[in-house]
Amino acid sequence: MLSYFLKRVLSLIITLFTATIVIFLMIEVVPGDPAAFMMGLSGSTEAADALRAELGLNMSAWDRYFNWLTGMMSGDFGLSYTYRVPVSELIIDRTLVSVPLTVYALILSTIIAIPVGVISASRRGTAVDTSLMGVAQVGVAIPNFWFAILLVLLFSTTLRWFSAGGFPGWEAGFIECVKALTLPAISLALPQAAILSRVMRSSVLEVMNEDYIRTARAKGLSKRQALMRHGLRNAMIPVLTILGLQFSFLLAGGIIIESIFSLPGLGRLVFQSIAQRDLIVVKSIVTMLVFAVVMITFMVDMAYAVVDPRLREGDKS
Amino acid sequence: MSRLPLSFIVGSVLTFIFVFAAVLSFFWTPYDVTLLDIAGKFQVPSMAHLFGTDHFGRDIFSMIMVGARNAIAVSLVAVGIGMAIGVPLGLWAAATKMNKGHIIDEMLMRGNDLIFAFPSLLMAIMITAVFGPGAINAIIAIGIFNIPVFARMTRGAALGLWSREYIMAARVCGKGSMRISYEHILPNILNLLIVQATIQFSIAIIAEASLSYVGLGTQPPNPSLGRMLNEAQTMIFFAPWLAYFPGGAIVTMVLGLNLMGDGIRDLLDPKLRKRRKESDVAA
Repeated sequence: MLSYFLKRVLSLIITLFTATIVIFLMIEVVPGDPAAFMMGLSGSTEAADALRAELGLNMSAWDRYFNWLTGMMSGDFGLSYTYRVPVSELIIDRTLVSVPLTVYALILSTIIAIPVGVISASRRGTAVDTSLMGVAQVGVAIPNFWFAILLVLLFSTTLRWFSAGGFPGWEAGFIECVKALTLPAISLALPQAAILSRVMRSSVLEVMNEDYIRTARAKGLSKRQALMRHGLRNAMIPVLTILGLQFSFLLAGGIIIESIFSLPGLGRLVFQSIAQRDLIVVKSIVTMLVFAVVMITFMVDMAYAVVDPRLREGDKS
Repeated sequence: MSRLPLSFIVGSVLTFIFVFAAVLSFFWTPYDVTLLDIAGKFQVPSMAHLFGTDHFGRDIFSMIMVGARNAIAVSLVAVGIGMAIGVPLGLWAAATKMNKGHIIDEMLMRGNDLIFAFPSLLMAIMITAVFGPGAINAIIAIGIFNIPVFARMTRGAALGLWSREYIMAARVCGKGSMRISYEHILPNILNLLIVQATIQFSIAIIAEASLSYVGLGTQPPNPSLGRMLNEAQTMIFFAPWLAYFPGGAIVTMVLGLNLMGDGIRDLLDPKLRKRRKESDVAA
């Protein structure tokens, strides 16, 4: 177990390290000079030079990479070019919107997907199964930004239950914020729920063919009892993996949804930063998201290894 | 072969309709999509304009035809790039792993993990924002993220085949690992690749629509389904059909491809069919 763990940690570090190089290089090739961009058309050359020095843009690429990397390790992400505040502050601010939104969407999609998957698996081949899976097929096919537009049309314009966008800030109270995040969370959750319910269904079907379910049935449990007591927990394993992946996907995938609903989240920040050539913000957020993805994958793998010793053997298969 | 799966029939019909409309749009559309008719703007759907007209008086139906053509073209090339690079990489990784070349396999797979670690939509947005918006860059951005998908799948499937007896036989005959990969492994995993390609194709269509929606995909005056939705957003309060039809077109197209993919998988995988029958009996 220890050697497996160490091996994984090593590959984790290498992946993260390589990722920072890729991100840095990618930002390097971005055309457009942030200093000139910030000074606007009327800026003098001297002022732009001074600004460049202040931002550290006149150093060699290697020095800048090194400073950026060591800075990040000590929690200093640098100063945003456009907002003139520490990037870490910006990120924390926006995370307070994006993470709750992501968690909200995940909870919604789990609440929908697990019962749907279990019901259609246990009624396999019936009209219930066919129609639920038909809906799931459509759900997978719906782009979440279009779904968001439709939700706004129905709930904000016609029914007037929710506002069409904006975020009051957590000072405004929990209920208000949850209300503001509801439509965005639903639009993020629906396609995910559709995928998840299909995974859940096939996972339950697979589990129901296992010997231990047959044993449970033989000792007199009904099909339903066998599923609830022995099957469900085992069927959840692949679902948890998908959930782990979806968390990071949703965190980044909010980029368009956050723009539609004008939510001050990470996605919208990174999108604006790309447009404004606020590259230090872009760099930091992308790094953070990659870090999140890698860490979550790592934790899921570790959890598996703890539960299932066979996996520790590595991918010998 | 008993009967075709229903999903396959429905899926292929839907896909065929869109491919047909896309090809047809090269020669004929009900109206010229670049023709502005301000006097005829915001017409509700009617016999003359099946899906209505937009704020410039352009015919939505014609725009969807051309938009579908652009979406299909972008996705086709993007998935093509993913396959053309990913499949050989996967075959190579599997071959080296089976022939004591763990380092290469390890490097290829770690490279794969690296691409997987980047949030794909965000990176696609970044690539198109950096290198300039447009269809070509959208293709590259979507294509890059298709490479690891195909590489990983090919490697996994190929590894399973390398221990088969007929591969052993080929090795005994003195065939090199590259020749074995192409002559024996590739034909045997083609089924899986086709199914995966239809899935990736539908994902690419949504990705293209997303990029166009934020203004980084296909550029005006070339119609694209994503940008039509973006433009519709400010006008949905009085012209909701502008949002219904392009969105509906994306959903139908993606749904068709997914159903077709599921259908092909069922058709090509006799084991799956058999297993299904068995478990149906058991259930």
